[in-house]
Amino acid sequence: MTTAVSEARTQPAPPRQHRKRTRRRRVTPWLMLAPATLILLVMTGYPLVKMAINSFQKYGKAQIFGAPPEWIGLKNYTDTLTDPTFWAVAGRSFALMAVLVVATMGLGILIALLMTRVNAFFRLLISIGLLLAWAMPPVSSVVVWGWIVDTKYGLLNWVLNTVTGTTNWSGHSWLIDPLSFYAVLTVIITWMSVPFVAFTVYAGLTQVPDEVLEAAQLDGAGAVKRFGFIVLPYLRSILLITAVLQMIWDLRVFTQAYTLQGLGGISSQTDVFGTYIFHLGSSNLGAAGAVSFIMVAMMLVISIYYVRKTVKDEEI
Amino acid sequence: MSVATRVETTDPGSAASDVRPPVLRRRSSTRELKRFSANALWGVVSIIVFVCSVFPVYWMLNTSFKPNSDVISPTPQWWPENFTLRNYITVLFEPARPDRANFPSAFVMSLAVTGLTLLICLVFAFVGAVAVSRFKFRGRRQYIIALLIIQMIPGEALMFTIFGMVDSWRLLNTVIGLTIVYLAGVLPFTIWMLRGFVAGVPADLEEAAMIDGCTRTQAFWKVTFPLLAPGLISTGVFAFIQAWNEFLMALIIMQSPGSYTLPIWLRAFQQATQSTNWAAIMAGSTLLALPVVIFFLFVQGRMTGGLVAGAVKG
Repeated sequence: MTTAVSEARTQPAPPRQHRKRTRRRRVTPWLMLAPATLILLVMTGYPLVKMAINSFQKYGKAQIFGAPPEWIGLKNYTDTLTDPTFWAVAGRSFALMAVLVVATMGLGILIALLMTRVNAFFRLLISIGLLLAWAMPPVSSVVVWGWIVDTKYGLLNWVLNTVTGTTNWSGHSWLIDPLSFYAVLTVIITWMSVPFVAFTVYAGLTQVPDEVLEAAQLDGAGAVKRFGFIVLPYLRSILLITAVLQMIWDLRVFTQAYTLQGLGGISSQTDVFGTYIFHLGSSNLGAAGAVSFIMVAMMLVISIYYVRKTVKDEEI
Repeated sequence: MSVATRVETTDPGSAASDVRPPVLRRRSSTRELKRFSANALWGVVSIIVFVCSVFPVYWMLNTSFKPNSDVISPTPQWWPENFTLRNYITVLFEPARPDRANFPSAFVMSLAVTGLTLLICLVFAFVGAVAVSRFKFRGRRQYIIALLIIQMIPGEALMFTIFGMVDSWRLLNTVIGLTIVYLAGVLPFTIWMLRGFVAGVPADLEEAAMIDGCTRTQAFWKVTFPLLAPGLISTGVFAFIQAWNEFLMALIIMQSPGSYTLPIWLRAFQQATQSTNWAAIMAGSTLLALPVVIFFLFVQGRMTGGLVAGAVKG
């Protein structure tokens, strides 16, 4: 728009200079985008292509030490897809994602609703708590939670001993058993992710016009009806986008799982996609490439909604 | 007090309660009692939410100020009774062992990588954001959509090819190597975020300045740029937090202990001293979290904006 206006102003200029200027106009934005584009092409575009190529090659220890990689077609994919380990990892990753998304979205929405109910003091209290949890670096969070569930001196075992009045929990390891490992991991990630959902949904809730809610109340709609028929439709798209982002973030979780494994989990029984690729890559880059490609494809499928919705809403 | 204001805002009927007949007024006072107890209940729930979210942070601080002998006592202390800063001194001044990283060197590494990423990212993202929001050109729309899609590609999937590239450039264990990797990670979102800020400054302002005799470039630097300062700060803080907290790529690229960044150092420190010195681990964890928490409180309002912008419109 600005371009059009400024060009209208340069009309009196001779036509040759004019043409030169418009050509410059066309090149300038690309020159400005060049540094970022170069970095993204080299550091994201090229690795993506390279990974795709690797996934069709035999790329083991020998190749890492310089032997030329050998084309093997779809073998990495058929090997991966017939490997029970892969399906165990996929099952764990998706189950973890499902539990996390439900827990995070549920708690986040409830806390956001709570924030609209309470007075300014309690709202500030909740905000401070959520912000602190949100701001903690992932590694710090995992280490602190690891200390809370520590086998010997952890607070959790002490609390359980005190509550049950026994010493049954002394020396109980929470991370050695895959199921309780996942319970701890779920608590950690939910604790870290709820603030984003709560703040986003709260911001959405404040956009719901009061007049409409009041009118419904005067017409005799109870709290549940008002939520279902007025608040929810207003929040629909914000909830969907938040859920999609949570799905993507929970499916690609690495730092928390890897750090928690370092605190006492057995990696072969607790790997998710991220840590599985990490452990696989040290011996078989081809297979790691195949799993990576499957992961990228999944992410893109999940994010289609987010991208389409954002493009539509932002009127690009 | 708060109860009264709540009643006024949520229940239009109670404002008129004074003109009602006495019987009705009594009923409304029991209703107010009910409302009061409901508010008390929500207050209690709020406190529970607050305690649940703050507890790990409190426990980290609490442990970090206790002597280790108190930390490993059979009954936990809820307050550092023998307050000490020794754990912080241990972390900060512990002499480096040859095979292990120490805090100061990891801090310098983190600071260098984060600072460099922040600086370059701000310049590149700013120029890019101006290009996509102030110019009309073929491929603009596609470029923005590509940025959105690139954000969705997980670094977990690309880690080995990126490792191979950085290795082939002989940039493993260097600040520059990790910075380049981080730039690719933060640029798509920062361009996207800044684009919103640049678009928020009306182009009419620039045109007005041009009518007053500024060139296009002058108009931009004198009018638009100063108005973008808040956007640049928010974007900068976002890039800072991303780079400061990043774990996976630092784990792969910075493999020698001398080049560890802080998150990698904390994990290594925890692995080396686990169950012998939890107090010092908590002190290290606090030191890692401190800058992030400070910056976070600074820009918290803008953190949700970029990702779900426009979604409220329904």
